[in-house]
Amino acid sequence: MQFSKVSGKQSQHKVVLYALSTCAWCKMTKQFLKDNDVEFEYIDVDLCEEEDKQKIREQIQSKGGSLSYPTTIVDDNLVITGFRKDKLKEVLGI
Amino acid sequence: MTEITIDMVRKRAEADAKTYGYYLVPDPDLLQALLEGLKVNEERYGYPSCPCRLAAGKFDYDRDIICPCDYRDPDVAEFGACYCRLYVNKEVFEGRQELPTVPERRPLEKQSKAYTATVVSKETEAAKAKEKLETATKEEPEETLKTKPKLWYCKQCGYVTFRDDPPYICPICKAKRKMFAEIKTRTDFIG
Repeated sequence: MQFSKVSGKQSQHKVVLYALSTCAWCKMTKQFLKDNDVEFEYIDVDLCEEEDKQKIREQIQSKGGSLSYPTTIVDDNLVITGFRKDKLKEVLGI
Repeated sequence: MTEITIDMVRKRAEADAKTYGYYLVPDPDLLQALLEGLKVNEERYGYPSCPCRLAAGKFDYDRDIICPCDYRDPDVAEFGACYCRLYVNKEVFEGRQELPTVPERRPLEKQSKAYTATVVSKETEAAKAKEKLETATKEEPEETLKTKPKLWYCKQCGYVTFRDDPPYICPICKAKRKMFAEIKTRTDFIG
């Protein structure tokens, strides 16, 4: 399973983004994080192999997330479903 | 096969919005991104499944999320926009209502198919092969899915549809799901 890494100066939190390559809101989330210079890693789930999709599903659900995209997991425990600027700002302190 | 263009995808969405009294999301960048997502899905799956949902890539599993999805009508009615927000109501279109956040209405059971489609079909194949061996003399009907489509009719306007579940809202007369009843078919052998 290959996560793509985007580097940024805001690296105090571990930010993992589960996205779809076709999803407009996932694109906006990626752009928002980039614009705010947040370091994060992401994976486009629709482009993954079947076994990886199954693993991703377990990863998201084990953190209490739903299978909606984008799903952002901050510091391995805080799940944000959808493109929620307000929540991302609050949690990441940007 | 004819090439799918953004213009074709846009025109189809516009025509559908017009037919059912909806509007396409007014933000041009968002609209463009959604149409591009639909185009990619149509190219890779053969049908324009929702750009914001993970598709199984198998028609039978994705039927309910082919745009316009089964959930659009109830979502626009309740929130003012569909799940991906391609379709919006007049209030949102005219800026009198903010573009809402729309929670996922699709049942988890259906969502899960996108993660297990291959596994399930392999298991089904194995089970079918085993069954065939055990009942080699009997004829097996070709069934790969657990759910079977049925005939449903709208008690208000008579609209008939053939699918797993009745629609949330009648596309013709806007009657609610509870107005749908199953048409039970019967085969009689006479003589």
